[in-house]
Amino acid sequence: MSLSAGWYLGLAALLFAIGAIGLLVRRNVLIMFMCIELMLNAANLTFVTFARVLNDIGGQAIVFFVLVVAAAEVVVGLGIVVTNFRRRSTTVADDLHSLEG
Amino acid sequence: MLHVAYLMPLLPLVGFVVLVFAGRRIGDPLAGWVATVAVAGSFVVACVTFAGLLQLPGDHRLYLDNYYTWFHVGGLTVPVGILVDPLSMTMCLFITGVSALIHLYSISYMKGDPDYPKFFLYLNLFVFSMLVLVLANNLLLTFVGWEGVGVCSYWLVAFWFHRDSAASAGKKAFIYNRIGDAGFLVAIFLIFEKTGTLQYTGGPGGGIAGQLGHLGGGTATAVVLLLFLAATGKSAQIPLFNWLPDAMEGPTPVSALIHAATMVTAGVYLLCRMNHVLALTHAGTEVIAIVGGVTAFVAATIACAQQDIKKVLAFSTISQIAYMIMAVGVGAYVAAIFLMVAHAFFKGLLFLGAGSVIHGLDGEQDLKRMGALRRYMQWTTVTFTVGFLAIAGIPPLAGFWSKGDVLVNVYSRYKLLWVLGVLTAVLTAYYMTRLQVLAFGGEPRWDKIGPGGEPAHHAPHESPWIMRLPLVVLAVLTFFGGLLDLPWIRHDSLAGWLAPVFTRSLYNDHLGDAAQWALALTDIAAAIIGLIIAVGLWRGAQVEKPQLEPEFLQRVWYWDDFYDTVIGRPSQKLATFCAWVIDARIIDGAVNGAAQLVRSTGSLTRKLQSGYVRNYALGIALGMAALVVFLLSRTWW
Repeated sequence: MSLSAGWYLGLAALLFAIGAIGLLVRRNVLIMFMCIELMLNAANLTFVTFARVLNDIGGQAIVFFVLVVAAAEVVVGLGIVVTNFRRRSTTVADDLHSLEG
Repeated sequence: MLHVAYLMPLLPLVGFVVLVFAGRRIGDPLAGWVATVAVAGSFVVACVTFAGLLQLPGDHRLYLDNYYTWFHVGGLTVPVGILVDPLSMTMCLFITGVSALIHLYSISYMKGDPDYPKFFLYLNLFVFSMLVLVLANNLLLTFVGWEGVGVCSYWLVAFWFHRDSAASAGKKAFIYNRIGDAGFLVAIFLIFEKTGTLQYTGGPGGGIAGQLGHLGGGTATAVVLLLFLAATGKSAQIPLFNWLPDAMEGPTPVSALIHAATMVTAGVYLLCRMNHVLALTHAGTEVIAIVGGVTAFVAATIACAQQDIKKVLAFSTISQIAYMIMAVGVGAYVAAIFLMVAHAFFKGLLFLGAGSVIHGLDGEQDLKRMGALRRYMQWTTVTFTVGFLAIAGIPPLAGFWSKGDVLVNVYSRYKLLWVLGVLTAVLTAYYMTRLQVLAFGGEPRWDKIGPGGEPAHHAPHESPWIMRLPLVVLAVLTFFGGLLDLPWIRHDSLAGWLAPVFTRSLYNDHLGDAAQWALALTDIAAAIIGLIIAVGLWRGAQVEKPQLEPEFLQRVWYWDDFYDTVIGRPSQKLATFCAWVIDARIIDGAVNGAAQLVRSTGSLTRKLQSGYVRNYALGIALGMAALVVFLLSRTWW
């Protein structure tokens, strides 16, 4: 048997909501990163689902791009986090508000 | 031989360019010689061209040549070209000749000046501009020369600009001229609008001279009056004459150049050049004649009360140019040109003579502090006396014939103006005699301490030969200048030579021989009366005679004060108002207000930039939620 597309989409929405709420409520930069990854993968899941439903390989192809960009983004982002930690010994996002207006 | 005519303006230009780039290296006095040779060469070219022109038959003495098209816009083509005809040829001959003598004189006069090369550079540019003005074959090119002359006069009058008075005199000359220039420009526009051409003659449609039919009565009058406004600026007539006396702040050779050869004759030349248009309007020429007559008289009265030797001569120039303007106004162009040539000789002579006096007395210009110079400066005295007798109108010198010619023509047209002219002649003889007596006659006054505590001068010395030579040449020319146009050989002389240019004279009233003799005797009588009165009044040792020098005349009929009250001070008030109210409040207010607005908006919105990532993330989430709601709402409802 196979599950209908709605289950997949529901799971994706759930994952996305968890990621978004996590991003909003957590203060640790690393956790926030994980939440972003979670949201990205929720989007990926949606892409794959629709690729299947619409029988279009394009949706799967785009997931590869998202994965590559996400990997690159993590590299840069973690680099920033590490550098920042060396300077200020903190990974709490709220401590990093020196660019406030 | 006519095709070399372009060298006339070119040589002074070459001199100018050489001095611009190498003046400092050439130095003193070689720079002066370079400039002099350039202008003298120009004079030689003028003579060659003159000979070429003489070989042509009388009615065909016209040489037009275009070298280059300056620009071409729509129906307007402005060439850079020259027009050599008897009128421009006459001008060129005396401009280059007299200028060459003045250059020669300046070599010695300006010796030791720190800006020696610069002086000659301006001088050459001045002559170049004047030649462009005279030789141009269209109004716009004439205007270029006209402006060139204006700017050179500014530089030269303000040559010693470290003196405040010289700097402001230069500005004054320039601004007064600008007012006239505005008239010239509008006249050019009008002429182009109506005739479609700016060339004097020749070219498509025969130039302005061929398109006179398009200049209806009103237009012609407007054009003539605007051109006359231009002429009042350049030729120092009422209402724009005030700059000329102030221009005495320049070095004396400059005064000679401005008064004798270049600049002030430009206005008269322009009116003569446009004689075809002048012939179309009685009203316009009437105004010209009256303004000329009044200026002649006013300037002569002022000259009677001046203490500065150069100021006397300056006002006499205004008065003499006014005679020419008056002659133009009555259609006696030949008389105007005759007086212009004669005036170039004797005024050049008088100014250079005055320069020699000033030089000999180490810069003293006050007539009251001269006296008895005849014992120390024989050459200057003799030559100056020739000039003085000429301008006073004593026969057989050039001034008598030329002024007589003007007055005869004025008499045949406007009797009242003639009376004014004769009165002016009396005054002319009076103030020139006064100058002569105060400077050269009587007992020395320069060896005493001045009234303002000025130190006494050493005994004056005669000027070196380089300054005496121009004096002698000009004195000879002044003596024999009358031969140019003696009444009884008129048709073989200047009048016959210029006749083809002035074909359309307004008035042709001919007076009988008896009347002409009577008028000539009146002129002589006027001159002698003025002379005798002046000798009687000023011969004695007492030279402070305030009742003869009323403040009204010393202060130029309060003319400057009048302008100051009517134009100067209100303008200043307006400027102050503009500066402190309009500029400071309204314009600055708008600019600063805009800045203030941006600033306050910025300080309000900067609060949004909290620096907390969660706030930004919340913003994004809310935005996305709103987007989703919006999209869903479009799908479902």
